[in-house]
Amino acid sequence: MRIYTLGIDIGSTASKCVILADGKEMVSKSLIPVGAGTSGPQRAINQVLEDCGLKKEDMSYILATGYGRNSMLELADQQMSELSCHAKGAYFLFPNVHTVIDIGGQDVKILQIDNGVMTNFVMNDKCAAGTGRFLDVMARVLEVKVEDLGALGEQSTKDVSISSTCTVFAESEVISQLAQNANKCDIINGIHRSVASRVSGLAHRVGVRDLVVMTGGVAQNKGVVKALEEELGHIIHISPLTQYNGALGAALFAFQKWENEQQEG
Amino acid sequence: MAETEKTTAAAPEAAPVKKAPKPASPGTQALRQAVSDVYAAAWEAKKRGEPVGWSSSKFPCEIAEALGLAVVYPENQAAGIAAQHDGERLCQAAEDLGFDNDICGYARISLAYSSGVETTNESRRMPMPDFVLCCNNICNCMTKWYENIARMHNIPLVMIDIPYNNQVQVDDTYVAYIRGQFDAAIEKMEKIAGRKFDEKKFDEACAAANRTAKAWLKVCDYLQYKPAPMSGFDLFNHMADVVTARGKEQTAQAFELLATELEEHVKNGTTTAPFPEKYRVMFEGIPCWPDLRALFKPLKAHGVNVTAVVYAPAFGFVYNDMDSMIRAYCKAPNSVCIEQGVEWREDICRANKVDGILVHYNRSCKPWSGYMAEMQRRFNRDLGVPTAGFDGDQADPRNFNEAQYETRVQGLVEAMEQNIKVKEGKAQ
Repeated sequence: MRIYTLGIDIGSTASKCVILADGKEMVSKSLIPVGAGTSGPQRAINQVLEDCGLKKEDMSYILATGYGRNSMLELADQQMSELSCHAKGAYFLFPNVHTVIDIGGQDVKILQIDNGVMTNFVMNDKCAAGTGRFLDVMARVLEVKVEDLGALGEQSTKDVSISSTCTVFAESEVISQLAQNANKCDIINGIHRSVASRVSGLAHRVGVRDLVVMTGGVAQNKGVVKALEEELGHIIHISPLTQYNGALGAALFAFQKWENEQQEG
Repeated sequence: MAETEKTTAAAPEAAPVKKAPKPASPGTQALRQAVSDVYAAAWEAKKRGEPVGWSSSKFPCEIAEALGLAVVYPENQAAGIAAQHDGERLCQAAEDLGFDNDICGYARISLAYSSGVETTNESRRMPMPDFVLCCNNICNCMTKWYENIARMHNIPLVMIDIPYNNQVQVDDTYVAYIRGQFDAAIEKMEKIAGRKFDEKKFDEACAAANRTAKAWLKVCDYLQYKPAPMSGFDLFNHMADVVTARGKEQTAQAFELLATELEEHVKNGTTTAPFPEKYRVMFEGIPCWPDLRALFKPLKAHGVNVTAVVYAPAFGFVYNDMDSMIRAYCKAPNSVCIEQGVEWREDICRANKVDGILVHYNRSCKPWSGYMAEMQRRFNRDLGVPTAGFDGDQADPRNFNEAQYETRVQGLVEAMEQNIKVKEGKAQ
């Protein structure tokens, strides 16, 4: 009999689910682009079950993580912080990982990992500069889709400096650059470097060691990744499952917890 | 000087509904009484027409004691007002006066109160000052804060400047510089009191302050036991006692009584902590007084006891003579170099066997928070324990986010769990 475990990562901007068989094979995944406090978590669960033809009752253990993890008290067997889950997921995908950089919707996490164990971490302060929300705000001002920022930034030919201090300051700087007819692609590249500068400062607090893995939705933005590689002086590895990394870690922990329960009888 | 007219306090019904508190132990009650007596003595002095002073927490209280001057402590008042959820209103009142919301929350509360804004926390109401005593060893914002109070009321400011020390040892030149200021302060305070400095009373005050410091350190030392006989959060409350009534024999006796109670708990294997201790942490920084419940909730949920705080060495200073007293007053959290600060904290972390460190990046205290990133790095390297930082404020609730805090605490707990497993060779 196969053991199915479900991990759900409820972030501030998206809800992600992963179902694993026997703690190693991903049989289904889902992503709904709305997060905590919305219909997103339930829709993500419905979809992930539907896609693999399984029912909630087939799940041996469900573990919730992310900003909205405590809204799953009835459904999930346990809640864990997204910090440990991102570390777990990244270690599963990249066994040599020592540093995980996760840029989520409203926070940035840098995790230090030794032998698959999260030994230390640092997160952003309350300021949203350097997070996914920062990029959302900038995309709106520039009238482009956030998912197009990476490709547009690659077309930049000239450096434009954007502050990394504060989202509101940066937004007014972008507006000011637009008013001076600066090229949109150059501004976008400046925004990417601004995010990289902010994240790099945070990363150096815990130290950066190879292998460096980036997770979270912002990892899909090539411009941010390239700028961050330049800032850090390290190659950054990204999985195609980057957005599911937290949910994957949650499903892995769920399997581990189920195993522990079996051993304890 | 004329009493400033008070504006109306906020409606008391705005305060949150509270559960009936557990009865305090005789030692804790005696400490509370010592603090209440300080406030009461100030009101009585005012009624008798005697001058009342407002003092910074680490101004040498022994001088005022020797001169029989009634003194109260705005830092303690601000913490009490913030803890009773009246801090935000007073912070905003200070901002309305033109003080920036970037400055210390204690300073804003105190400046608002000083300007005549009444507080709903009746136990922390204090008479308006006739003089102010400022020692900037605890922070430099203090200097401008007290200058403003002195200007508002047109009263004398007695200032003792303690320069930042970039080495662990206190140089003789520092002692000479500060000694000169002590002498000038005594002269100025003699005029305020209208009587001569009494050496015998000074010696008695020094003896009481030393006795209090020793008893305070003894109380703090009980956190070394596993499990600890109390929640380290209690030490935050006892800070009030050591700040406001350090130079009084009554306080020394109360701390000694508390120590005997803790000794009894250790003997019986009991604790006053309201949960079983699973993890032990150092809580770095001043707590978020307006959010104590939110601060405590996830710690309790995960069995995390605070067994180390830097206040133990910071306020537990013992001395033998005037020179060593001056050297003691040179050592406050924000006036010592990072090496000294790290040593204080790491010593206490080792002695009190912590599994992790929770760091409050306190928006009110820029110098304290400014050096924490480097300290955090050193703790991790030297002690081999995980650390987690969170944003907050000692007095202004607008700078604290409960959800962010909970995630960081849970992350710290998970990292401590893994770290302990690694040390025990059981990591998965």
